[in-house]
Amino acid sequence: MAVLSQSTAAGAKTGVPDRLVSALKDAGFATLVMLGLCVPLVTLRTDSEEGGQLILVPRLGLTAALCLAVFFARLGYLTVWGKQARAARQPTSRKEAIKTVATPRYSLMTIGLPLALGFALAYPLLVTLINGGLSEARYWIDLGILVLTYVMLGWGLNIVVGLAGLLDLGYVAFYAIGAYSYAILSTTFHISFWLCLPIAGILAATWGVLLGFPVLRLRGDYLAIVTLAFGEIIRLVLINWVPVTNGGAGIASIPRASFFGLPFNDDDNGFAAFFGLEFSPMHRIVFLFYLILALATLTSLVTTRLRRLPVGRAWEALREDEIACRSLGINTTTTKLTAFATGALFGGLAGSFFAVRQGFVSPESFNFLESAIILAIVVLGGMGSQVGVVIAAVVMIAGPEMLRNLGFLKAIFGENFDPSEYRLLIFGLAMVVMMIWRPRGLVSTREPTVFLKERKSISSDLVKEGHG
Amino acid sequence: MKGETLLRVEHLTMRFGGLVAVNDLSFTAKAGDITALIGPNGAGKTTVFNCITGFYKPSEGRVALAHGGEAAFAVIEEATAKGARSLKVEDGAIHLLERMPDYLVTQHARVARTFQNIRLFSGMTVLENLLVAQHNPLMLASGYSVLGILGLSSYTTRQKEAVELAKDWLERIGLTDRADDPAGDLPYGAQRRLEIARAMCTKPVLLCLDEPAAGLNPRESLELNTLLREIRDRDATSLLLIEHDMTVVMEISDHVVVLDYGVKIADGSPEQVKNDPKVIGAYLGVEDEEVAAVEAEVEGRA
Ligand SMILES: Nc1ncnc2c1ncn2[C@@H]1O[C@H](COP(=O)(O)OP(=O)(O)OP(=O)(O)O)[C@@H](O)[C@H]1O
Ligand SMILES: [Mg+2]
Repeated sequence: MAVLSQSTAAGAKTGVPDRLVSALKDAGFATLVMLGLCVPLVTLRTDSEEGGQLILVPRLGLTAALCLAVFFARLGYLTVWGKQARAARQPTSRKEAIKTVATPRYSLMTIGLPLALGFALAYPLLVTLINGGLSEARYWIDLGILVLTYVMLGWGLNIVVGLAGLLDLGYVAFYAIGAYSYAILSTTFHISFWLCLPIAGILAATWGVLLGFPVLRLRGDYLAIVTLAFGEIIRLVLINWVPVTNGGAGIASIPRASFFGLPFNDDDNGFAAFFGLEFSPMHRIVFLFYLILALATLTSLVTTRLRRLPVGRAWEALREDEIACRSLGINTTTTKLTAFATGALFGGLAGSFFAVRQGFVSPESFNFLESAIILAIVVLGGMGSQVGVVIAAVVMIAGPEMLRNLGFLKAIFGENFDPSEYRLLIFGLAMVVMMIWRPRGLVSTREPTVFLKERKSISSDLVKEGHG
Repeated sequence: MKGETLLRVEHLTMRFGGLVAVNDLSFTAKAGDITALIGPNGAGKTTVFNCITGFYKPSEGRVALAHGGEAAFAVIEEATAKGARSLKVEDGAIHLLERMPDYLVTQHARVARTFQNIRLFSGMTVLENLLVAQHNPLMLASGYSVLGILGLSSYTTRQKEAVELAKDWLERIGLTDRADDPAGDLPYGAQRRLEIARAMCTKPVLLCLDEPAAGLNPRESLELNTLLREIRDRDATSLLLIEHDMTVVMEISDHVVVLDYGVKIADGSPEQVKNDPKVIGAYLGVEDEEVAAVEAEVEGRA
């Protein structure tokens, strides 16, 4: 890496031919690296012959294509579209460029979220129009619901990790508590969804406080380990407490949500009949979409409000410097507990939604990978940033789904190529790229909660990530 | 209340394993005074601060602070025997600081502090730093967040008042123009002043400053003297000050306590302390015969 950056830096200063030469060299070097990587990973493929024997299939063409692609991409980056290339082309505009960074711009928060909300509101209509029918759009609306669920979970965890700076690896536990609360309350006590929703939220928040107590003194790695264990404990309890949770088999036929009392069926007193519509199972799906949209919006609004209240400022101050907080008379114990409880509350609400959507819950849905994905969304989005979480959730949840649609890749990589098999590989690659390109997440600046004259974003160099 | 005893430190001892950082230290600080705590490196000054502000639990000893005049010290034995943290008396109260957790020392006993290594919330703006300091009154006004979420106007008014107080302080430390900049972006001297202003926003009766002049240039150091005197005279906040810069100490303090290896070696007015050979010897770490020469030097500097 050092070699690369040195040569590019030199390229920026010198004249055009020199720059080209150094860019060529650089690109050549990158190609060599690619070749080195390709030889063990791509060039030879093991296949089974008809007799079941393993044979090696050489894929020289593919290797060459990949190396060429890297060569031209690197060359292009250095000469045409990279930062240094642009700076070298317009040496005068450099100062201005720096200035525009420093001047305040409209915050992502003020434009981004309303735009996203507008898009989300119109989304079911859009996909219906594009796919030429409500039923045909089912896949897309389901995907929207999935993404929004993760947006909500990301926002909830963001309170704990992004604002208060407490690393929580067991967030899925609260999701599970919310889901099982609704599942158990509705199947055994026949309580309606709308009543269960707040109960599930409160139960999850209570567990958030209960988890908070033992981990208050812990920091960093220890906090991460204990929260991780908490997530696992909840899952194991769900598996083993058979009389209540029905163990690994899970709880099935959970009652569906009604439209404020109107069930989604083709009865005379159903939703469709009441509004004079023709019955369609899609009504329920669209309703679920708007339900999770409303829940996610609630999460966002409450978090935004809380950030501007003393408690939110105390969370961020806690992330910045806990000792200074205590010297200012802030009770860090209750501050941490409120962060855990608020985060857990939204996790619980999302969990209830999950249960009512699936109609079935089992411990499998709440494993560690789930926690990891939610945490990855928060970290990828930029800790503390709500817009970042939305982008990251779309990328992380919808992205792998999109891989299913990349059938055209078969033309390049051969008939047996199944893009969705490479999900985790691409996932990992994306993470590595992010770590290099934006170590502090997509939206790494912090928006101040109050200002006298103008709102200026704070660069991530100054914002701390918390100690846990 | 001015001239009455505000803080009483009695037989304070702090041990870290085998190391005795503070050894049977007793002194008092008067209301309306700037009391300086000086001593060579490692003398235990910061440790004393940490004991007073609740960050350390002293191994032995008592630290008592009186609100509303020294009459409150009358009930000190009663409070101690009862095992109480605070005991109210007629128009006042006594607080036994060594029994309080750190945040209560600020919240109830109204003792604020700064740190030897500046501890600002560097990723928050200057204004936000001053608002975090007003957490407790604002928290109450926001109905512990419940009313605040609903956006009640009573909270908005209270928050405006908090911003006004912050603005006053920004004016006084000359940082009004930088209110919306992150605290971590300020130059060193400004960060020191901001840390003092932030501590003052908690409206303390006693402000403990750990080496506020460290790293300041002479002009900034003079400004700091003015600020500290102003805090003493205008805000009726007494100061307890750790300082290495002898010019600052001699200039502004009303009373000096000298520590060496955790033991008090002198206690008196700046004049008395300055001329105490024991102090000069310990502070500058020189032999007796050299004291005279050093004395002359100190004389020249002060
Ligand atoms: N938490 C701790 N654990 C162990 N030893 C400590 C601790 N804090 C302080 N000490 C020791 O106590 C002694 C006094 O330290 P202290 O920081 O109070 O000195 P100081 O007078 O503030 O010095 P300086 O002028 O350098 O700030 C030192 O020997 C130090 O190493
Ligand atoms: Mg010290």
